[in-house]
Amino acid sequence: MDETQVMIITGTRKGIGKYLAHYYVSKGFIVIGCSRGEVDYKLSGYQHFCLDVSDEKKVKQMIAKIRKTYGRLDVLINNAGIASMNHILLTPAHTVHNILNTNVVGTFLFCREAAKLMQKNKYGRIVNTSTVATPLKLEGEAIYAASKAAILSFTEIIARELANFGITVNSVGPTPVETDLIRSVPKEKMDNLLARQAISRFGTFEDISNVIDFFIKKESEFVTGQNIYLGGI
Amino acid sequence: MYEKIVNLIIMQAEELNETLENKIPAELGASASLFDGKDGILDSIALVTLIVAVEQSVEDEFETSIILANEKAMSLKNSPFKTIGSLAEYIVILLNEENTNG
Ligand SMILES: NC(=O)c1ccc[n+]([C@@H]2O[C@H](COP(=O)([O-])OP(=O)(O)OC[C@H]3O[C@@H](n4cnc5c(N)ncnc54)[C@H](OP(=O)(O)O)[C@@H]3O)[C@@H](O)[C@H]2O)c1
Repeated sequence: MDETQVMIITGTRKGIGKYLAHYYVSKGFIVIGCSRGEVDYKLSGYQHFCLDVSDEKKVKQMIAKIRKTYGRLDVLINNAGIASMNHILLTPAHTVHNILNTNVVGTFLFCREAAKLMQKNKYGRIVNTSTVATPLKLEGEAIYAASKAAILSFTEIIARELANFGITVNSVGPTPVETDLIRSVPKEKMDNLLARQAISRFGTFEDISNVIDFFIKKESEFVTGQNIYLGGI
Repeated sequence: MYEKIVNLIIMQAEELNETLENKIPAELGASASLFDGKDGILDSIALVTLIVAVEQSVEDEFETSIILANEKAMSLKNSPFKTIGSLAEYIVILLNEENTNG
């Protein structure tokens, strides 16, 4: 593959997605990102779409634009995600819908539409985002963890459905990384959580891109349907 | 519009045929058999590939996105994926719906 690779990253306004957009542009990818809000940065080689990842029409339009502009898509990183700390007895149904829409429906829509474009070249790399909150069974994060458990199942099954098209699908499960997502978790809770990892520290953005680098390598064509947790869970 | 779409599907079918052992009899035009769940010409991978290619070419031709594999299509008794003609009829309906709903 000599030509410049085209990559979509969802949720690029801040946090992990913002880092990934900068990182992959610096590695020579054409990066197309999205989030509900505008981004406060400009990068050559980066284009932004303002959309909600669960909006089917908007997602289709974004991929149609990419198809017309570049005629190809090599990599999709489904990073956009939201969490909400709450005891089940205090969780409004509305919150549940929001989390499932962004984390599950959004990931599904991007995988479906991206795969349609990727299959043209019989090549594609999809990386979804899971979390250690699922295997650690974190209290207060029932819906968030469940939404990411859905991502694991979904990743394993579409890896099989898309294998014939040369598309691999994997997921990366970060430990806590200091972004807005975990800002509201009390310190004591966080310390307990880190103590349950084999390596007890916060994750870094680089820890995550390192795993993604491996999944999206051309040579990783035989790696699919897998999830890698960071931190030794 | 129907004729245009039939031609569009035939073009995509011919392109797909280059990779298929069991070729779509595209020369039969609208009556060419595609997929009937049991012994259609296409296996499911080829059907998926054809549907995606047709979706994209409809999008290019009419500047409107449609989703062929929607709930209605999957539950219709008379599958729109049976023949090239039935698929074209179905696309006409979807395009009309898109245009009236904006
Ligand atoms: N940070 C952690 O400790 C941690 C741990 C494990 C897993 N993760 C996962 O890593 C991913 C990124 O998390 P983060 O820590 O970077 O979170 P973050 O700092 O809160 O950023 C989330 C990003 O997603 C975008 N986003 C949220 N909902 C969206 C929607 N409906 N449509 C489009 N974009 C949306 C946000 O932009 P807008 O608000 O403008 O839409 C923002 O750019 C998530 O999937 C998360 O579950 C994070």
